[in-house]
Amino acid sequence: MKILVPVKRVIDYNVKPRVKADGTGVDLANVKMSMNPFDEIAVEEAIRLKEKGAATEIVAVSVGPAKAQETLRTALAMGADRAILIETDEEVEPLAVAKILKAIADEEAPGLVILGKQSISDDSNQTGQMLAALMGRPQGTFANTVEVDGDSVIVKREVDGGLQTVKLAMPAIVTTDLRLNEPRYASLPNIMKAKQKPLAVKTAADYGVDLTPRLKTLKVAEPPVRQAGEKVADVAALVEKVKALGIA
Amino acid sequence: MKTLVLVEHDNTKVHDATLAVVTAASKLGEVHLLVAGHNCGSVAEAAAKIAGVGKVHVADDAAYANGLAENVAPLAAALMGHHDAFLAAATTQGKNVAPRVAAHLDVMQVSEILSVEGPKTFTRPIYAGNAIATVESTDAKLVITVRGTAFEKAATEGGSGTIEAVGGAGDAGVSTFISSEIAKSERPELTSAKIIVSGGRALKDAETFEATITPLADKLGAAIGASRAAVDAGYVPNDYQVGQTGKIVAPEFYFAIGISGAIQHLAGMKDSKVIIAINKDDDAPIFQVADIGLVADLFTAVPELTGAL
Repeated sequence: MKILVPVKRVIDYNVKPRVKADGTGVDLANVKMSMNPFDEIAVEEAIRLKEKGAATEIVAVSVGPAKAQETLRTALAMGADRAILIETDEEVEPLAVAKILKAIADEEAPGLVILGKQSISDDSNQTGQMLAALMGRPQGTFANTVEVDGDSVIVKREVDGGLQTVKLAMPAIVTTDLRLNEPRYASLPNIMKAKQKPLAVKTAADYGVDLTPRLKTLKVAEPPVRQAGEKVADVAALVEKVKALGIA
Repeated sequence: MKTLVLVEHDNTKVHDATLAVVTAASKLGEVHLLVAGHNCGSVAEAAAKIAGVGKVHVADDAAYANGLAENVAPLAAALMGHHDAFLAAATTQGKNVAPRVAAHLDVMQVSEILSVEGPKTFTRPIYAGNAIATVESTDAKLVITVRGTAFEKAATEGGSGTIEAVGGAGDAGVSTFISSEIAKSERPELTSAKIIVSGGRALKDAETFEATITPLADKLGAAIGASRAAVDAGYVPNDYQVGQTGKIVAPEFYFAIGISGAIQHLAGMKDSKVIIAINKDDDAPIFQVADIGLVADLFTAVPELTGAL
């Protein structure tokens, strides 16, 4: 079985994003970029399934600028077998990404597509679900545990209030939650080897997908700033404040 | 504009998250509800009483019993022939179903809106709440998820909606519900609690967390939350997690105890009305958002606070 793993290049999660003064977006110039953390978990899960013998090949895919090749090389260094970059300088919405991924899935016929549950840039949490709908296949979102069982996959999902277990007929789409696994670091020899692995570069037009955005961003602003509070000297003062607020 | 709101329920009652979605939907136009489930007649009746609701579409079928997205999304998409907007709560259920509906309709979803600025214009947080984007949809139909803490809850009484049974395609035959493990709790639910007491990594272990946080929460009748560090260290189950990747809360009072205040955690709680922080590190980022801060060792301060209340 083949596994398709879409990965996204995003602003590093340790960086505090700055809103541009003209309100057109977030300043990404000279900011450290990395693989979306949920996607690292997706790559790791695919590798573990391969190590268990449940998968034979892992194909990493990214839709983004030429620099997204670095993100794909990271996936290759972790253990993916080959990569495909759909190169574009535009910002691409989840619906368009899902359409590109569907076209690639039609070509590659993977048994599983494993995506991150959301990107930490646009926080949409849509692409996996949209891909599943377009393919007419089942989805195991917010996965906490993934187990391949013959031609089905058992996914334990993190839902409000606890966990839910579902059984999905493959091909299936899985999106990763934080606790699914702890991604490995790529070793130096593997980073060197990853440079030799195949990486195909294509465009959205190759798949006949229109990237025109459906949502117009009118403005990006800083969130309202909280008023700076005060520090109290000791517990007695805190108790007084808490009582004055009518909490207890 | 006619809107269709996905009702979240447990077969006995409508979840609070849905009430906030009704408020958001009423800003767009006429509010219709979709109750999908099995033996969910009492939920439909309760839904019809929600203030401002016009029609309640009820799809009662074993295929909808556990809210599987593969079965519910085509049902909702079919009903969208007569509606202009589909709204769901930005809960795990809403986030699971709504994008699937959007793809069926070939529209882009607007995720987790904070406000309705116009018939097709909304604000939403991006970059873990570090920026607020105002976006306008150019699609013919709207699909939206709503952040529950950003809208008032609609009243559960006073409405007089009409109930109408609808049929759908039923079971898509690609997914099966196996089981669920829902943590039982006597406490208020985290996302709707008025007071939350949250603990972080500094609580050391599960026993210390329990011994320190629980008595204070009991005293205040509060829900218990946690930072990701506390969850990952196994102090509490993961549905306690407050933050970008956990639950987004906005209680009246949020006690952050032994929580440094990483941006991912702040994204989940910075809309709380009053934030009270106890931390021994004077420079912890949590003090930049806290209304009341106490620099002290939590192991002496928290029991003392609990005792004095």
